[in-house]
Amino acid sequence: MANLKELAQKEELFTGGHRLCAGCGIPPIVRLVLRSTDAELVAATATGCLEVGTTIYPYSSWRIPWIHSAFENSAATISGVETAYRALKKRGRIPKDRDMKFIAFGGDGGTYDIGLQSLSGALERGHDFLYLCYDNGAYMNTGIQRSSATPLGSNTTTSPAGEVIPGKEEWRKDLTRIVVAHNVPYAAQASPHNWKDLEKKATKALATKGPTFLNVMSPCPLGWYTKPEDSIQLAKLSTDTCYWPLYEVEDGVLKVTYKPREKKPIVEWLKPQGRFKHLFKPGGDKVIEQIQELIDREWNRLLDLDGKQIF
Amino acid sequence: MAIENAKEAQVGLTGNSAVALAMKQVNPDVCPAYPITPSTAIIETFSSYVADGEVDTELITVESEHSAMSAGIGAAAAGARVMTATSAQGLALMWEMLYIASGMRLPIVMTNVNRALAAPINIHCDHSDSMGARDSGWIQLYSETVQESYDNVLMAVRIAEKVKLPVMVCLDGFITSHAIENMETINDADVQEFVGEYEPETSLLKESELPATYGAMSLPDSYMVFKKQQSEAMSGAKKVVEEVSAEFAQKFGREYGLLDSYELDDADVAIVIFNSATGTTRVAVDELRKEGHKVGVLRIRLFRPLPHAEIAEALKGLKAVACLDRVDSFNDFGGPLFNEVRSSIYDLEERPKVISRIYGLGGRDYKVSDARSVFEELLGIVETGTVKEITKYITI
Repeated sequence: MANLKELAQKEELFTGGHRLCAGCGIPPIVRLVLRSTDAELVAATATGCLEVGTTIYPYSSWRIPWIHSAFENSAATISGVETAYRALKKRGRIPKDRDMKFIAFGGDGGTYDIGLQSLSGALERGHDFLYLCYDNGAYMNTGIQRSSATPLGSNTTTSPAGEVIPGKEEWRKDLTRIVVAHNVPYAAQASPHNWKDLEKKATKALATKGPTFLNVMSPCPLGWYTKPEDSIQLAKLSTDTCYWPLYEVEDGVLKVTYKPREKKPIVEWLKPQGRFKHLFKPGGDKVIEQIQELIDREWNRLLDLDGKQIF
Repeated sequence: MAIENAKEAQVGLTGNSAVALAMKQVNPDVCPAYPITPSTAIIETFSSYVADGEVDTELITVESEHSAMSAGIGAAAAGARVMTATSAQGLALMWEMLYIASGMRLPIVMTNVNRALAAPINIHCDHSDSMGARDSGWIQLYSETVQESYDNVLMAVRIAEKVKLPVMVCLDGFITSHAIENMETINDADVQEFVGEYEPETSLLKESELPATYGAMSLPDSYMVFKKQQSEAMSGAKKVVEEVSAEFAQKFGREYGLLDSYELDDADVAIVIFNSATGTTRVAVDELRKEGHKVGVLRIRLFRPLPHAEIAEALKGLKAVACLDRVDSFNDFGGPLFNEVRSSIYDLEERPKVISRIYGLGGRDYKVSDARSVFEELLGIVETGTVKEITKYITI
């Protein structure tokens, strides 16, 4: 694991000048992850903010080979690239000593929803790649529509907080748990505010042979109705309230990598975000209570499993 | 089945076995594979070649056809020679990715064993699958026989890599895919020499100062320019198909044109058709010729790009033509072959009457008597000078 000075000295593989929003969680995540290996990298990106914001022809922010083919298939696409690498290496068309790593990126829409099958297939087949999901909790690129990662109670353009229905009515899908059920050698949840934890997990994932997975909290000022300068603080609050637990599952052993000294009530994370504004009006407290219960249940489940072999 | 690496061998093979054999002899770098009737045997046979070490292709046993084409795109963009096969719903599920493969100019070769599209679900032959993909930017070759399916797959590799566009080789489900025909195989070394090494100009894995970018976002300032280039490549593909077919004929003795004419030179009327039904139609031609009628057949081998000038030339001087589509466009105006042939001959000084007959959907038999009925109708049109029904379902 590198220290901050060493990380800063590494070559910048994701350049500035891209068109992602101020305060977007994605660029710091991608910049850090691309620094987490010395191997040559190839990336596939699902349709979404990261793709649209970084490769408007003829410009690109990527100083590594990069492919985007469609929305639901960055895992299938990278599995083709990784297989071609093995095929060409076997046939001597790529030198034996050339070390390459493969990363597929997708947002929560492209991963939890439309890309779930493609991800599951690639994990099951055991390709040697890292899948990184940047989870900002909705289809932000198309204008804030609910995804299966959207938190309960959230106001989105397809789960609007209306007169009768107070925003999204369902709890979010536990994607990391679904990925872990594929018995992959390494899977983790991370957050950009804790760069050291994220870098450590990305380094481990990229050094591990076989399919690995990172689910990374990615604040979105546009969709969360928050100030750009608050993004990193909100990422931190998501872990201090245990909405977004930081943990990893390495060779079947689950480890909670961050336990807040004092677990903060979820209200502290909800309150600053415009997407939950309606929950602070009369009647909203019931939804907040429900969110708190679901968070507590999940957090306690993780604490029970902490340090245990789960598969 | 062991094919000795001798000079050309005479063997009895099904269409699927012949395609799998062609793939084995090409020994592509990567084969994404997903089973679907009636092309499953291609993937099964090829998987056994991989398992037995007869090829060293990397097989990706994907979880859907969408992922098959997605993985094929990833592998082809990474510089691999990629081959796969599918049918019907599988091709339909790939639809989104077909356009991306051609838009990225990736020379993927895919066999499509033609099968009807649901609903109602049906596993038998018609052309609704590949006809639905006719505007997806893939070169489309249609094969009449097992022999031609095998030969087309081998030629497709060369055509795709020269034009930098994907190629779809179509053959009829069950009728060709599952029927055993006597055919000639080419020995492995000659196939290898014919297809040659594949070294793309750019790829994701190629060492370069400038890392490759595939699939960037293109706005109105550039999108249409890319599409114009793609369109020009497709137009140029016609010449490449001719050149590769000529080289194939010179090396292996089997000649294939863009079109295949039978008894057309002095014909008054003709049927225009695809794939296996051509043989049935030829029998009807022979019968009617004996009875003194000037009838013929035009088979379309290359449908994308459309050899429109060649079609016009072939049908010049005829009085009436029936285009037989094994698919309906559900447009109240005949199938795709009808519309494109009719449009191709529009600029002729004297045009034949052109009618649409839709036949054989979902594996419905097309018999010599059906072909005869169409010819008789055409002869009637010539005699009376009137067309009673421009479009009609037959074999129903």
